[in-house]
Amino acid sequence: MIGLSHYLLVGAALFGLGMFGLLTKRNLIAVLMSVELMLNSVNINLVAFSRYTATDAAAGQVFSLFIIAVAAAEVAIGLALAYAIYKGRGTVSVDEIDWLKW
Amino acid sequence: MSFPILSTILFAPIIGAAAITFLPPTAGASIRRVSAVSMGISFLLSLFVFFGYDWHSGGMQFVENLNWLPDIGASYSLGIDGLSAPMILLTALIGFAGVFASWRVEERPKEFFILFLLLVTGVAGTFVARDLFLFLLFYEVVVIPIYIMILIWGSSKRVTKEYAGMKLTIYLLMGSAFLLAGIFMLYLGAYPAGKRTFAMEALTQAGMSGALSPEFQIFAFLFVLLGFGSLLSMWPFHSWSPDGYAGAPTAVSMVHAGVLKKIGGYGLIRIGLMMLPLGFKFWAPMIAAFGVMNVAYAAFIALVQKDMKYVVGYSSVSHMGYVLIGIAAADVIGINGAVANMFAHGVMAALFFAMIGHIYHATHTRNIPDLGGLAHQMPKAAVGFMLAGMASLGLPGLISFVPEFSIFVGSFITYPLFAVLAIAGIILTALYVLRVLADVLFGPRLPQWDGVHDLQGPDWVPLIVLGLFLIGFGIMPSLLMDVVNSGIAPLGPLLVKLKAAATLWGGL
Amino acid sequence: MWAEFSLTHAWLIPLLPALAFVAISFFLLGAPWLASRLAIAAMSSSFAIALGVGWAVVSQGITVETPFLMKTVWFSMPGLSIDMGVLVDPIAAMMLFVVTLVSLMVLIYSTGYMAGDPGFSRFFAFMSLFAASMLGLIIATNFLQMFVFWELVGLCSYLLIGYYFYKISAREAAKKAFMTTRIGDFGLLMGILFLQILFGTLDFTELAAKVPAFVKANGAATLTGIGLLLFVGPIGKSGQFPLHVWLPDAMEGPTPVSALIHAATMVVAGVYLVARAFAIFSVLPGAMTVIAWLGCFTAIFAASIALTQREIKRILAFSTISQLGYMMMALGLGSLTASMFHLMTHAFFKALLFLGAGSILHALHDKADIFEMGGLRKSMPATCAMMGIAVLAISGIPPFAGFFSKDEILAAAAHVSTPLYIAASVTALMTAFYMARLFIVAFLGEPNPHNHPHESGKSMLVPMGVLAFLSIVGGIVPYAFGFGDWVRFGPAHHAGIDWGVASSSTLIALAGFGLAWSVYGAGHKKSDAIAQKAGVLYTLSFNKFFVDELYQWLNRNVLTGLARILYWVDIHVVDGIVDGAARGTGTAGSMLRRLQTGQMQHYAAIMFVATVALALILAFTAGAVAGGGKL
Repeated sequence: MIGLSHYLLVGAALFGLGMFGLLTKRNLIAVLMSVELMLNSVNINLVAFSRYTATDAAAGQVFSLFIIAVAAAEVAIGLALAYAIYKGRGTVSVDEIDWLKW
Repeated sequence: MSFPILSTILFAPIIGAAAITFLPPTAGASIRRVSAVSMGISFLLSLFVFFGYDWHSGGMQFVENLNWLPDIGASYSLGIDGLSAPMILLTALIGFAGVFASWRVEERPKEFFILFLLLVTGVAGTFVARDLFLFLLFYEVVVIPIYIMILIWGSSKRVTKEYAGMKLTIYLLMGSAFLLAGIFMLYLGAYPAGKRTFAMEALTQAGMSGALSPEFQIFAFLFVLLGFGSLLSMWPFHSWSPDGYAGAPTAVSMVHAGVLKKIGGYGLIRIGLMMLPLGFKFWAPMIAAFGVMNVAYAAFIALVQKDMKYVVGYSSVSHMGYVLIGIAAADVIGINGAVANMFAHGVMAALFFAMIGHIYHATHTRNIPDLGGLAHQMPKAAVGFMLAGMASLGLPGLISFVPEFSIFVGSFITYPLFAVLAIAGIILTALYVLRVLADVLFGPRLPQWDGVHDLQGPDWVPLIVLGLFLIGFGIMPSLLMDVVNSGIAPLGPLLVKLKAAATLWGGL
Repeated sequence: MWAEFSLTHAWLIPLLPALAFVAISFFLLGAPWLASRLAIAAMSSSFAIALGVGWAVVSQGITVETPFLMKTVWFSMPGLSIDMGVLVDPIAAMMLFVVTLVSLMVLIYSTGYMAGDPGFSRFFAFMSLFAASMLGLIIATNFLQMFVFWELVGLCSYLLIGYYFYKISAREAAKKAFMTTRIGDFGLLMGILFLQILFGTLDFTELAAKVPAFVKANGAATLTGIGLLLFVGPIGKSGQFPLHVWLPDAMEGPTPVSALIHAATMVVAGVYLVARAFAIFSVLPGAMTVIAWLGCFTAIFAASIALTQREIKRILAFSTISQLGYMMMALGLGSLTASMFHLMTHAFFKALLFLGAGSILHALHDKADIFEMGGLRKSMPATCAMMGIAVLAISGIPPFAGFFSKDEILAAAAHVSTPLYIAASVTALMTAFYMARLFIVAFLGEPNPHNHPHESGKSMLVPMGVLAFLSIVGGIVPYAFGFGDWVRFGPAHHAGIDWGVASSSTLIALAGFGLAWSVYGAGHKKSDAIAQKAGVLYTLSFNKFFVDELYQWLNRNVLTGLARILYWVDIHVVDGIVDGAARGTGTAGSMLRRLQTGQMQHYAAIMFVATVALALILAFTAGAVAGGGKL
């Protein structure tokens, strides 16, 4: 039967994909998309735990609603930043955005 | 409550500094007068404290006690005994002389005197504090003003003043880091939580009563030694001293060589010996060995220096060797000699630097090969120079003979070989002192120095004030030795017990 | 009554000149006439009190065994207590008399000799300080008090040798004097320390009781070592070989300084120390032997150098070293009386010789080579006569002063050790020879046409006259009045004059005169011929056996070389470590900063890894604490 572990695996897989994208994608927008993916994988984990081992059924789901809201806000700001960088420097390639260095 | 004389000595310079902050930077004369007055008050009160100290009864006198931070056991607690009375006198004396030696500082006098007065307060505070927290506080106050003063008013010779200032400051801060660690070890180990205190008396009780295990004491003393040892310019932690003194302005060199170094010696006795006696015993042979290195090594190097300030810088490293050997001897006579020698050396180093400062100001060079025959053009400064030089040699009749002799007697019993080598140092000292005197003061008159001015006005004050002590305590050494002895003689029983105690781990 | 007052106020003897020094230095530097008169007044008062002390010693029967003592504590701490005080016995009384008298004469002489010199007041100030220090040394009750004044006397010597400080030679001579005596002081200090630690006291009278008892109980080995260490001080101060090198150079100072300090008083401080501590030395036969042999060697060594020297003051300087050797040898032979007797007579005639030399130098404008003088008897008859008296005295011709004192020494040598007696007699021969040489070449013969000498003034001649008088009677009178009964150690011996020794020494002296006359009486040609024939010997003697050159070499290459090496070590090794640590920190910093790549993804990766690591650690240690390994 489909049990907790299946959901956790899906969540982990999505997290892994998102991590990979975060660390390797060159386009800033793609990185932001990967972050979204990681956040959503966490949501899956939370809902799965809430469904299968919940003492308080609503807790996990409420937590994931919070995460969705925060993710939305974070994407808005992230995209605004990306746009500002693009306006100012003409690029959204992560490799070239390294001015805060030694 | 009786008049808080020690607090006044401590805060008179600070109040002076505060007053100066309100003066405009152009009011040079007023700035100097305020400094002179505030230091003068400190000096006069310290004279009263030193000569008013009842050395027959001994113990802590002129005590002041305020509860400050009871949660951590720190209190605002001041007092002097036979060990610290000469030190506070020395601080005020050199501070006073230093103000007048800096009378001719033209650039930014306001900041100079503020920093100088801060410096003197910090040093004075370490000697009168009876609470380790207060001691550490004043200790940290001391290092930073020196850095700023070297950088702005210092001079670059073999090394830049930035290098000299940075080396001195970082070196001493590193030492104080180790010291901090050691003191905190002591604080945490002496009493259980809830009863912990920084009060020196309580910690001394703990140390002497054996509340701390020998291994603990050895370990803690090492940290304390690294701190105070670097401050005392113990070999091999001495290399900040020559460059630092050469790069610093005159008054800073006077205070540093004169008093600051002595915090190291004072701390070694007050904290090292009294609070960690078994650790002291373990490390004492090493301290004595390093002391001998100080004496001989630095004396040899002083022989080939071309810059007058470097000669005196290495000379002060050399003299601290005597102090180290005297302390390491763990003998009442030796430690008496060491403490008295700290006072003696302070006075003569200050005089030396004051005279060199004058020569530098008049001729704009400290390079010995360039100078010569200055006794023709500045006979009075020559007298001061010679006085300092002869005191440096340990000439009887001047202040340093009796302390050095006491150190020799005291250390001879415990470390005969080291003592002999250290005594041979008197030959080396004579060699480099006479060389400097001859090359700078005597010889044919050099026409390029005609017209340089001799001591005038404020230049006289350091010479008179320091010279009075140099000669007075030389002819009547009991004035100094009685006070010192009243502070050290009570350690007699402890020292006897230490000698009898078995050496740990075979000693060093 | 005066005697009683003087005895109890003997501390005034050094104090008065010290006060004169202070007064002159602070107030009278600009008033030379007043300064000199004040110094002379102080010295005269000290002399008067010294006479009173001498009278008191005789009338109260104070002996060497029962001295007069007055003490006060100088400083004290548990285990070390040092006094300052007054110790008066016949030896001290004699020394006080001699030193105050000769100082007074020299001061009076200096008013003439140093007249017009810009540092006139400074001169009298330093001379007063010197007199105070020397007198304080004489009345010292313990080793440390003596050491204090010993060093002060050395300081004054340094200041006075370097009086003409604008001359590099003078400044270097002053340094050399101080350094050489300092080496001696090191040994003396070591000896003093040993005494303090072994016996807990440095007081002469207490040690005189304790040391012999210790030696009887434990043997002489340790104490002999200590005694020799103590003796190193006198080797330096009294110019014994090998620390004699400073004395000839000390002639750079003004002649009155040479007369007072480097002939009559300071240099005998070493002899006096051995005499004062004779109770210690006399029970150490090993030390005594060393002292005797070293003294004898010094005597003959210095005399052999004096044979060829040309500058008048140099001849006298080496002569002084030689005579000091005699005094030391006498002490080593066990005869305190002979040594002190010779000290006294030597003070008179050597001071006279120097003052006479000063008279010549003053007249000839500092021309010092005796071979450029000649025939001075015609233009300076008084000086000539008095120098002649001094030459006779030093050569030991009866009935002049030197005869009695030298005879005592030679007699002591003859009784104790034949080799020493022979060496001492050879030295006496050489002494007569070079002194006669000096007299003949400078005073006899034809005057040098380039010189225009004039006799010196009264202020210079009168003190010389007093010393000449004493050089005549200063031997026979004390001898007749029983010098040996008072100034002695142990039982007095009334040996009388050993006519064998006395007559042979007189003959030797006359032989020396004869030899000198035969070489120099005819002019220089014979002396040059002999110098040629002697060849190597002459070179060695003239160059003082190259001892000075050896020391200079050691100083330049060994000491300074070592200093330079240590300096290099300090800058490159010790400081190198410090600088290395600083550089290391900097290097570490510059390597670590490369972590700040600015690449956001690098930061993210590091954060991820760190978080995982932290989580694992927490998981495992939390599990361990909970008692299970459940993940």
